Amino acid sequence: MIGHDFPHQQSAHCETGAAASLLRQAGLNLSEAMVFGIGGGLFFGYVPFVKLNGFPLMTYRCRPGGIFSRLTKSLQCEVKQQKYRNKEQSMIELDQMLEQGLVVGLQTSVFWLPYIPPALRFHFNAHNLIVVSKQDQRYLISDPVMPELVWCDKEDLVNARFAQGALAPKGRCYTLHSPKVTDLRQPVLKGIRTVCRDMLAPIPIGGVRGLRFMARSMRGWQKKYGKRRSLSCLAQLIRMQEEIGTGGAGFRFIYAAFLQEAATLFDEPQLEQLAQRLTIIGDQWREFALQATRCCKGRAEVTFDGLAQMIETNADIEEQFFRELRQLERQLGRKLKKSVQEVSS
Amino acid sequence: MREQDVPQDIGVLEENRVVAYAVDEQGNYCLTTTAGWDPVNEANRIAWEDIKEQLDEVRVKIEAGRASILAYYMTRAQMDRSLLASYSGISSWRVWRHLKPGPFNKISAEDRQKYANLFRISSAQLFQLPAADSLPTETTTDTL
Repeated sequence: MIGHDFPHQQSAHCETGAAASLLRQAGLNLSEAMVFGIGGGLFFGYVPFVKLNGFPLMTYRCRPGGIFSRLTKSLQCEVKQQKYRNKEQSMIELDQMLEQGLVVGLQTSVFWLPYIPPALRFHFNAHNLIVVSKQDQRYLISDPVMPELVWCDKEDLVNARFAQGALAPKGRCYTLHSPKVTDLRQPVLKGIRTVCRDMLAPIPIGGVRGLRFMARSMRGWQKKYGKRRSLSCLAQLIRMQEEIGTGGAGFRFIYAAFLQEAATLFDEPQLEQLAQRLTIIGDQWREFALQATRCCKGRAEVTFDGLAQMIETNADIEEQFFRELRQLERQLGRKLKKSVQEVSS
Repeated sequence: MREQDVPQDIGVLEENRVVAYAVDEQGNYCLTTTAGWDPVNEANRIAWEDIKEQLDEVRVKIEAGRASILAYYMTRAQMDRSLLASYSGISSWRVWRHLKPGPFNKISAEDRQKYANLFRISSAQLFQLPAADSLPTETTTDTL
């Protein structure tokens, strides 16, 4: 069993952090940003017909589990995952895997985890953590968002694994084995392609169109929800963008970090420039969050209309940005194909 | 965001730190830690305020005899009827009945224990309305 010597690394986001840790354990050392980029995690979605706490669902990232599945497919990793009906069975099998010296990823709820600060315990069922070892009735856990390894009682862990409601984890556990792809260039391009496709998708609720759609509906929030609840709706948007697990600015900063790494990988200064531009876009999202909070606090100078305009401006800038990124990706793809052909001939 | 601009506003995270991505002086991305940011603290506070408001409404209902104390504990745990039903393993329409004062007072010992276990209280406490909500409270500094 692996113990306290497990190389825990704190990450911004749980899914990418857990995936990076498991990959490292399987012998491939990737940064969290790289994992996020290859997994094509960046997105925006505004889904008014799905309600969360009574407000439209807004997300700055792709669906839970999406990063993980794209990443493992791109790197051709073998993934063993299992869901359970029986709680006892799930814990017995977890113990067996730990005894074999494996580290095990779990999908859990945050509501039942005692080490999460109480103010952040909501019913969110797509949290990811890694179980490292077991002692008596306690488990040693490497939770990607925590600074250090933490202990968790069995009872709490069972509750977290078998949380109910939307995205119920059903005890899902997973292990990663032997990634076959070690040349990251192809997976990186694929990840970029995915993100550009999703951000520029011709659907009204996703990507830059989703941003514009949200801006349009935002102008009507006060009418729709009333004064008090429209502010709660805005607060929810701020939380989606900035609260624990985004690395800041709704994943824009972590994606910029990925582009920067990709620039080194391809030795391509244009990617570096795009990374810098995305940082500036991210700064504008931070500014938006700040202004939105002022609006929540009732500062008269910030209106819903003004906030909607900020989102629309960002949507325009991001559209341009992702178009250029897509073009660059295609160029790099052609170059890569050529060089591979040359090597093989 | 530049590394030196990473906010350190203590709030919802308490004494914890989370990772933030920022740019260092050479223009390279690096991982730093942040103690929190006031907009997040404020947004989180609003979310809890909403829960507090719901709890106040439930209290009024209970006092008026239109809801059982179970409704309070349910709201306190941020659950709705269907979520409470799937967690407790009690069917949704029985939970619906238990949310009314009359049927709740005649609840079976078994169901009572199920609810008490779920909310991690004694089965006697299930019949007492707590005086304080004891929600996570925090102090946000007013710099905005």
